Amino acid sequence: MDWGSILSNTAQQLLSPATMAFALAALGLAIHFGFAGLLNMGIAGFMAVGAYGYAISILTFGFPWWGAALVGIVASVILAIIMGIPTLRLRGDYLAIVTIAGAEILRLLFLTTANQEITGSADGLFGYHASFRAANPFPEGTYGFGPWTYNEVEFWVLVLGLILLGLAVLFVWRLIHSPWGRVIKGIREDEDAVRALGKNVFSYKMQALIIGGVIAAIGGIVYALPSAVNPNVYVTSLTFFVWTALLLGGAATVFGPLLGAIIFWVLQAFLSNVLPALVSSGILPFVTSQQAATLRFVLVGVGLVLLVVFRPQGILGDKRELTFVK
Amino acid sequence: MELVRGAEQTLSQKLPQWIVVTLVTLLAFFLAVGPASSAHADEVGTEYDFTISGNVKNEGEPIGDVRIVVDGNGYTAEVRTGDDGKWKVGVPERAVYNVFLDQNTLPEGIAVLEGGDNQQVEIGPGGSVVKNFFIGEGERQTTSVADQLISRLIYGLNFGLMLALAAIGLSLVYGTTGLSNFAHAEMVTFGAIVAMVFGVILEWPMWISIILAIAASAGIGWVQDAGLWAPLRKKGLGLVQLMIVSIGLSLAVRYIFQFAVGGGTIQLPGSGAAKIPLFGAVALSTIDLASMAISLVVILAFALWLIFSRIGKATRAISDNASLAAASGIDVDRVIRIVWILASMLAGLAGILWAYFRPGIKWDMGEKILLLMFAAVVLGGLGTALEKLIGAIIVGVLVETSAMVIPSDLKYVGALSLLIIILVVRPQGLLGRKERIG
Repeated sequence: MDWGSILSNTAQQLLSPATMAFALAALGLAIHFGFAGLLNMGIAGFMAVGAYGYAISILTFGFPWWGAALVGIVASVILAIIMGIPTLRLRGDYLAIVTIAGAEILRLLFLTTANQEITGSADGLFGYHASFRAANPFPEGTYGFGPWTYNEVEFWVLVLGLILLGLAVLFVWRLIHSPWGRVIKGIREDEDAVRALGKNVFSYKMQALIIGGVIAAIGGIVYALPSAVNPNVYVTSLTFFVWTALLLGGAATVFGPLLGAIIFWVLQAFLSNVLPALVSSGILPFVTSQQAATLRFVLVGVGLVLLVVFRPQGILGDKRELTFVK
Repeated sequence: MELVRGAEQTLSQKLPQWIVVTLVTLLAFFLAVGPASSAHADEVGTEYDFTISGNVKNEGEPIGDVRIVVDGNGYTAEVRTGDDGKWKVGVPERAVYNVFLDQNTLPEGIAVLEGGDNQQVEIGPGGSVVKNFFIGEGERQTTSVADQLISRLIYGLNFGLMLALAAIGLSLVYGTTGLSNFAHAEMVTFGAIVAMVFGVILEWPMWISIILAIAASAGIGWVQDAGLWAPLRKKGLGLVQLMIVSIGLSLAVRYIFQFAVGGGTIQLPGSGAAKIPLFGAVALSTIDLASMAISLVVILAFALWLIFSRIGKATRAISDNASLAAASGIDVDRVIRIVWILASMLAGLAGILWAYFRPGIKWDMGEKILLLMFAAVVLGGLGTALEKLIGAIIVGVLVETSAMVIPSDLKYVGALSLLIIILVVRPQGLLGRKERIG
């Protein structure tokens, strides 16, 4: 067992693009579910729209990277409106099924060979990095120390991701502590009471859906920045993983999604390194290293069940502010 | 946002048009690019380990730009032959695939002479297989649109009956406990895997294996309710919490299946049996026929049980109003326990039939049809088993027939759109009564 490399690989995940993407997606979902009480099970769809919007704009239409990112964001606004108009009146579990179906339709449209020229079908999209890398302000070289050592491209992704994440957290923090935030929390607790106060509930829900969707789409873009866009990523399991990260940290909190995403990915990295190592050193008998890798997803599922049953408010949440009111 | 605010008042009347317009726009956006992309590569799916390849030639002359479609095991790929007549498709699994040669893309007067335009291949031991069609001058023996439609309808009926079997359990649990059970998909997979353990690994006769699989499913239903759902109900968890618990359970169990059977596809004995031509272009194997008969008999028996037996009546009473049912002396917990056992048995049986229909057993096979099951339940509305049957058949037929006009890898999109539209416009279901809306 090479504990040095296991710990170093785990520590790397603390600041990886995947962690930041998950934190952003979970933050968006916190607005949907934690604050507005919308049971959105289609968060993978919002991430996919961001990532595909970004990659397609560059590859098919030759946009610069920042223009492409804007396209991804606009696409997520459109998706929120298309999904929201018919569904926002539905109650909890109906909304969940509609959004999960919507995200699945979207994924199939990205996956189909009929759209291969644009979406790359099952191969996904790649090779859209030139413009982003050309804009890199950091000169060639290595940055950081220990497990957090990066070349200039990785460092650029990291810095940009951290800036976006910081801005998003700050924005959500201000938003939730504004009158607007109080209204959407009111909608979560009792929609009719808020309506009786003369607020347009539908409009507030739609705004929450759009804002959360945009933040999730930014997460999708950050996910796509360093690597590639693959339709097999944006499956319903991704939605469930983001939910797990959110509920772990605390759904109705601003820093919970961040903490949840970090714990989720650090644990994933640790298990994906330590389980195969345990197998190869013979501590886990009768298990192949491939099987060991699936074990961590079993643990995610079990963790999700235990969380919802025993600590639905999450690590940072307040029991009085339970989001499972209905 | 002013626009939305202003439009909100009239929205409830205009809802159907709104949805249709938005969905159609979305679909049109993606489908519009379809015809433009005719210049496909002659090699696709190169990231996969297994390949199917071929060479389209007429008397030694290569024919370019012929459309070839490979599908099977939920995977579809399409290629056009290159100028050298060659094509190559990577496939994810060592399994049986259908290779279809579109005769409309052959030059005038040239046709597939033997075996028809749709032929089956199996990946050989080397991880690849070569499929060449016997091509020459002659009359095209293409199936007419009407024949295709009939054959698709019957195929869809078969799929729908299987789906109904799975969906009844989902809706029974929903009706009596209010839980949208995402882990129902894993109960479907479970039945197929147990049948595989007895039928393939232990090589017991298939009928014994199927009975044992259904018995094991009943056991799992009992264990689930006794060990998990009943205690959670007592703890007073909300419906949304219960739903997320079922999602967690679904994830955990699905990956346990992957842990146990691996990522590949395993065939049950007898699957891929020869198809017997019945009439027109309709050809079904004995297993297809048996599957349809079993589904129909079980669903009818179950519908009668639900209407006439004491427990069936109690189940319906609880679906209507659980507190009232409890007050009139019905042992609600006991009935719910029975409902879980039955739901699990039906799901297990459906899983075995699904394994023959796909064909093959895979760790996530149940999840592939979970949303279609939801669609069937929603379409049928909360009601008798027969309404569910109609809902499921509509979904099954829609999935199969829509593949005639849209690319076959988009065939679930129609059913999923229908699910959304019904939930939004008519949440009580096509046949449901209005007061049932939750």
